[in-house]
Order: sequence, then structure tokens, then C-alpha cells
Amino acid sequence: MGALTPSFAHADSILAPAGPISRGDALIMIDATVIMLAIVIPTMIATLVFAWWYRASNTRAAYRPDFTYSGKIELVVWSIPTLTIFFLGGVIWIGSHTLDPFTPIPSKAKPLEIEAVAFDWKWLFIYPEQRIASVNQLVIPVGRPLHFRITSASVFNAFFVPRLGSMIYAMNGMVSQLNLQADKPGKYLGMSTHFSGDGFADMRFDPVAIPQAQFANWAAGVKGAPLNRAAVNTLLKQTRAVKPYTYRGVDITLFDAIAAQKLPPGEGPQSGRGGPGSQNVMPRGGAR
Amino acid sequence: MFGKLGWDAIPFDQPIPLIAGAVVVLLGLGVLVFVIAKGCLPYLWNEWITSVDHKRLGIMYVLLGLLMLVRGFIDAIMMRAQQSVAYHSAGYLPPEHYNQVFSAHGTIMVLFAAMPLVIGLMNFVVPLQLGVRDVAFPTLNSVSFWLTATGALLVNISLLIGEFARTGWLPYPPLSELRYSPGVGVDYYLWAVQIAGVGTLMTGINFVTTILKMRAPGMTYFRMPMFCWTSLASCLLILAAFPVLTATLAMLTLDRYLGFHFFTIEAGGNAMMFMNLIWAWGHPEVYILVLPAFGIYSEVISTFSSKPLFGYRSMVAATLFICIVSFCTWLHHFFTMGAGGDVNAAFGISTSIIAVGTGVKMYNWLFTMYGGRIRFTTPMLWSLGFMTTFITGGLTGVLLAVPPADFLLHNSMFLVAHFHHVIVGGVVFALLAGIEYWWPKAFGYRLEERWGKAAFWCGLVGFYVTFVPMYVVGILGMTRRLQHYDVAEWHSWLQISGVGILILIAGAGCQVTQLVVSYLRRNELRDNTGDPWDGRTLEWATSSPPPVFNFAVLPQVRDAEVYWDVKRRAFEQQRLPQEPDYQPIEMPRNSPTGFVCAFFATLIGFALIWHIWWLMVVGLMGAYATFVVFAWRDVPEYVIPANEVARLDRENRAIRQGVLAGEAPWL
Repeated sequence: MGALTPSFAHADSILAPAGPISRGDALIMIDATVIMLAIVIPTMIATLVFAWWYRASNTRAAYRPDFTYSGKIELVVWSIPTLTIFFLGGVIWIGSHTLDPFTPIPSKAKPLEIEAVAFDWKWLFIYPEQRIASVNQLVIPVGRPLHFRITSASVFNAFFVPRLGSMIYAMNGMVSQLNLQADKPGKYLGMSTHFSGDGFADMRFDPVAIPQAQFANWAAGVKGAPLNRAAVNTLLKQTRAVKPYTYRGVDITLFDAIAAQKLPPGEGPQSGRGGPGSQNVMPRGGAR
Repeated sequence: MFGKLGWDAIPFDQPIPLIAGAVVVLLGLGVLVFVIAKGCLPYLWNEWITSVDHKRLGIMYVLLGLLMLVRGFIDAIMMRAQQSVAYHSAGYLPPEHYNQVFSAHGTIMVLFAAMPLVIGLMNFVVPLQLGVRDVAFPTLNSVSFWLTATGALLVNISLLIGEFARTGWLPYPPLSELRYSPGVGVDYYLWAVQIAGVGTLMTGINFVTTILKMRAPGMTYFRMPMFCWTSLASCLLILAAFPVLTATLAMLTLDRYLGFHFFTIEAGGNAMMFMNLIWAWGHPEVYILVLPAFGIYSEVISTFSSKPLFGYRSMVAATLFICIVSFCTWLHHFFTMGAGGDVNAAFGISTSIIAVGTGVKMYNWLFTMYGGRIRFTTPMLWSLGFMTTFITGGLTGVLLAVPPADFLLHNSMFLVAHFHHVIVGGVVFALLAGIEYWWPKAFGYRLEERWGKAAFWCGLVGFYVTFVPMYVVGILGMTRRLQHYDVAEWHSWLQISGVGILILIAGAGCQVTQLVVSYLRRNELRDNTGDPWDGRTLEWATSSPPPVFNFAVLPQVRDAEVYWDVKRRAFEQQRLPQEPDYQPIEMPRNSPTGFVCAFFATLIGFALIWHIWWLMVVGLMGAYATFVVFAWRDVPEYVIPANEVARLDRENRAIRQGVLAGEAPWL
């Protein structure tokens, strides 16, 4: 099958955060792991030690067939997990609120607005303030908060840049919000993380974080056809492994029109075994 | 005439499913011809296919589960092979096929391998442990089994006729709606799962009734063995959760067949509702599988530690606690939907609270071993493998329950590693332990230990080599269900995972060899006593294999360790309990109802998938007629005369008398 997306030299570990959100997510992940390891490791060791020491062939181990209840042990075995979960519950409560994807990042700089739309099978990124847009290419300024509004023109997908943190679903008829920020320049891994069909593996975009001045230059220099309804109609067709390209001159009402389902949804495939070609298939509305 | 069915339904253009399907068909035909040539067909029909004996049905469930386990495992091998080679390459499976493979793998493993295996062991063991002669509704039990088999059959038919779903094992709309999945794949999924789901629901009804109403005299709730408790909890979950599944899939079916808009993109459908509903079933489903597994470990660890279960009441409490809380956690499957801090936090906390219940169980098994005399038989090894494995699997599970961590890990290979960690390490290890443990009871001979231990070590090592790399690539940002990728760092880890699957293949080979070797050496491995492990619960009080009526006289239960006490007393006094007063026993008559129902259900399912409406009507009429014939039957059950009961029981008593003289197999 056709060309694969551009090569990617390095993996993007979620434990190598490049922004405040991923740093927060990763810190909570590590904290929670350490809290749990504090009881997991002793329990694992105890399991192996008990099993070995009380082996039937060990004549030095005391056989105590009547040791079937101990109030003290019961108290301890209920308390240890309960206390751990109390502690962890606090981490969960605080973390869920401070790192909620909809919560803006505190910053003096005004967030850059980006609208992301999932199509079959590519991403469209609209920069409404710059009136530009790109497919499968996300260019972002370093050090400035990014405010994403995310929807899907077709099936569900999820927007995820591991080193920037917090993924969120792209859902037809709904707008998700996501606040991210990149603190380091670089080329990152970005992808859809919610299975969306046969072209799913190619729903890759490689976010490039560049200094703010450079970003302004890039935005001013973007070339391409205008993004209007006709262009969106083309995007609604299923395509795979789409090479990145850009638009200049964007109809900025398009994102809301897609989210409000004023435009037809993605067309879907033309065939499937036992699908079309049969008199029993339901008429399919929308773009066709 | 044949609806949408035509020659284009056969995947002539895809050699892999075509050859695989052809091999399956030829094997099936081969077995059928062999059976007919050998003249075994009447025996199979009379003794197995129409049997309503819970033990026979249990064995058939386990057989079905093992066959489907092999099918699902082959899918797993194909996926690991694909991801091992699909670096900067399209691999050998095109996405259209790869997506079917992972969808079929999940569906088959959860619904047609793990479920039949769990329900099979429940069928075989629960009535014996309760000290009764059969389940509450024996014929219904047979219908349940055959409907489950129908579902499995439909999934496998999709290999050769049409296609299977390409949507993942839970067909999330809008992808599973007609617009995005116009083929029959999703329809195969819907009808296979729906029909099998009816069978599962009836099993739930059957076992809840059996456990609540049919225990041996004196067996109060707090004298029930732990496996019965966990089976009860699991069946209560089935009763509460499976109707949700049925309704959810029915709504998707209406969308696909009659133009409804429950979950569609158009006309105000809401796909988020599907995700909520399917996980309101899906999460309890995990506990439907794992609770009986916990029961198996409780039995095995107690028996081979030669000690009663530590903290029995605590275990019961933890089981019921998990049973209830498992219904309050479903939203953790989609924290990334953006429900907001309050909702995510509430479900994150409720999810991690489940770890309290499992934590308590873990410690109670630990203290069951404390002060014991542990025999490292194969079932015990699987249990120890589970204890050390499951605790880290639980850790990664709680980690995924922490919303900010889940924002990084959701849908990643880390998640895939986690749920295999707990389902393989929790459920599959338990099922293998349970099969080894109860095999002598079912067939009268033990399984060979050396091949069993080899299977265990290959299984354990292969498990870690396969799934630890998945954790790593998950942390390296890899999402699940990728047909190809171009990140170099992932490649080597996925190749290691591929090596892991080779070790697992070796383990499966050892497991099969063990069964074959044990069968060939069955006379050396014979257990005449009915109590090969020095057991503690009632199933060991009868012969192996048990007579059709299980117990000559229903046992009187005076203690939680009922059989253990009887046995100790017999050893102390050097004589068996007094011979009882034998009475004639009435047993249910065999019935083809289940098999015939399932035959028509298969027709209905296939007809609905391919829109062959006349065939659907035939199927419905046939199934209804079967029901009417069964409901109006006017034949009495059959009676086993008292002298026959006495003869069978005296044989067993004679052998047990020999045990008293010092011939105990476990000594």
C-alpha cells in the first residue's frame, strides 16, 4: 500500500515531557507508581518467601493448619489498601482538576488558537487568527500556550502529542478543548490514538515547535489554496497516508460549521463485503 | 433468494483467511467423517449432544473454550508477527485484514474463550461443591451451552463467508454504523454476541437459582466453598450486566437494519451514549471473568497449602464488595472524552477503590500459605505465578485509573499490556490451574506433572517477554491497533514481544503434549479414590468421574470444611462413616432441545446477517416449535433404582477403605 508517512527518527517517551501539561501528567504518573510500589514490592517478596519457606519438604517450618483467622491481620489487610487508596484518591482528585484538559494554562501570553478536525484519515489544523490551515502538519510556537478546539468530521479519533501531554477525543458534533504548551523547540510525534478505520495507522502529524518569531514568519509565508467548503468536501473523502500540505485564506466559520454538523459528515468507504451492490443496503445520505 | 449472499462473499482475493477457513472446514469434515466411520455418532448424540448433565456440559464448555482459545491465540500470533515486521513496511496483513484480526481476537478471547471456560468450570464444579445432583434447570443449561456454541460458530463462519468486524472488539459507533462499516462484519459481531449473550444470561439465571436454592442440607451461605461464592457474585453480575449488553447491541442493530439513529452521526444520534452503555456492561464483564478465577485460586491455594482459606468471611466480603463497586467504574474507559474534573475524579477514585477488595484477597491468599505445607503441583504453580503477576497488573490498572496518567496512557500499548497482564495473568492462569486441578475429578486420572510444569514455565516467561515490551512501547508513545509504524525505537521492542509469543507457542505446545501424554498414560495416572489432592470440599467426596447423580446420598454439612472434617474423622477412627440408607434417585432425562434450538438460532443469525428473510422466518418458526414441543412434553424423568445407587457407592467406599489403610495418593 502507498507511501508511508515521513520517517520519524526518535520515539517520544511520555516520560520525556516537553511542556507543563505533560510534565504534570508524568509527575502524577510517577507519584502514583511510587505510592503503589511501596506496598506492591513487599507483598511480592512476602509471596515468594512464604511459598518457599512453607514448602512441604521444609521440616523446620511450623505447620499451623488452624491458623485461619486473626483479627489483627484482618485489620491490617483491610487498612493497608484502604489507606493507600485514600492517599491516591487525593492525588486523583487534585490531579483531575488541575490537569483537566479544558483548563487554560496560566500564562501572561495570550494562547494561540488552533482548531483541529479529524477526517478519514488525516488531520486538518486551522489557525483562525492567521487564516491559514494545514493537513497532517502542526507548527507551534515555543513558550506560548496553545488552545485547541477539536472535533471530527467523521468517526471518533483522539488527538495526542505524547511529549506535550493529555490526549482528548475528537468527536463528531462535539467540540473538545485542550490546552497545551511546548517549552522546547523540536519535532515531536503526533497521532490519532483512537482507532478510526482502515487508514488509522497513517493519521500521523509531526508537530514542530519553533521559536515565536520564526512561527510568525512561517505563518506569514504559508502558501496554498483557500480552505473553503469545496476544499472540505474533498477532505471528506477517505484517503490514506496524506502528505502534509497547507491552505492560505481560511473560511473561519468552517470549524463551527463542521462541529454543528452543518456540513455533511465523512463519506465512509465505498464498499465492504456484503455491503453495497445489494438491494438491501440502506440508502446513504450525506455527501454522495 | 439469498439476500446479500453471493460468490463475492468468499474472500478469494485474500489467501490467508481463505486457506485458514478451508483448513478449518476440512478438519471439521475430517472429524465428522472419522466419528461416523467409527460409529461414534449415536454415542455422541446420546451421551453428549443431548446431555443435560452439568458435568458433561461443563466439559463441553471447556472444550469449546479451549478450541476458541487456540483460534484467538492464532489471531494473536498474526498480530505480533505483523507488528514485528511492519516497521517502514506494510507488513503481510493489509489493514482491512489486520483490523479484522484484532477485532476477532478480542471478541473471541473474551466472549468465546474465557467465558465458556469460566462457565464450563462453574458448570462442572458448583453443583458438586454444593453437594447437589444437578443445576436448577438442566435443560436450560444445555440450551445455554448450545447458544454459546452458535455464537462461536457464527464468528468462525465469518472467516470464510464475508468478513468479521473491523471496528475493534467493542464496535464503537460511528465507525460501526452502516455509513462507515457497510460490510457484514459488524452484523456478524452483533448476532454472534447477541445469541451467545442470551445463553450467558440464562446461565446466570440458572446458577443464581442453583446456588441460592439448591445447596446440600446444612450448607448455609457461610459454609459454601469460596468458588461457589465467587460464582454467585459472577452470575449476579451476569444478571445485571448482560441485559445492558443486549439492549446496547439491539440499539446498534436497529441503527444498522432499520435506519434508527441511536448512535449515528446524523439526525441527533449520540455515539458517546454507546460508549457509556457498552462499558456499563464491559467493565462488570471483566469481573464476571475474574471473580470465578479468584475462586479457583482460593480452592487451589487452600488445598495445596493443606490449610483452610485464611479469612474466609473477609474473602466473601471482598468478593461482594468488588461485585457491587464494579458497576460504578465504567467511565474510566474514556476519561479522555473530556467529562471534566469532577466526573473523572469520581470515577478514578471508585476504580481504585476496587483495588482494596483485590488487595484484601491477595493478603488472605498470602496468609493461607503462612503456616501451610505447600505442595508445588502445577495448579499451585499457576496460582503462585498469578499472585506475583497480578499485583503488578493491578498496579498498572490503578495507574490507568488516575485521570492525568490516563491522559498519557489511554489507548496506548501500555493499556493493551495492562489488560493482558490482568486477564492472562488473572483469568487464563486460573483457568489452566482449574483445568489441571479438576481434571482428575472429570476423567479419573491426573495430568502428567512434568509437561504441566514445562507449560507453566513457558507460559510465565513467555507472558513477561510478550507483554513487558508492550508496556515499554506504550511509554514510548505507541498507540494500539497500528497496522504499521515508522518509529525505530518501537521496532526492536515489538520484535522482542514477537519472541515472547514464540515462547508462548512453546507453552501451548507443552500444554497440548501434556494432555496427550496424560491420556496415553492414563492407567498409571489413574485416581480411583476420587480425592487425588487431599481435597477439602465436597466434589472430592464422590468418585472420579462422579456418577451421573453425583452423590449417592446428599451429604450432611456441619462445617465450612465439610469433606475435610469427614475425612479427618474417618482417619482418626480408622473407619468410614456408616453406610447410608440408599434410595432411588430421579434424574432429568436427556433432551435434544438445546441442540435443536441452537441449530435454528444459527439459521436465524446467518439469515439476519445476510438479509435472507425467508430463512429467518424458518429459523424463528423452528426455534419456537422446539420451545413448544419441550414445554408440552409429557414424559417423566428417569429413576435410578436404589440397588444400582448402592452398587456404585459401595465400589467407591471399598476404595476409600483402602485409603484408610494407608494408600492415600497424596501421601
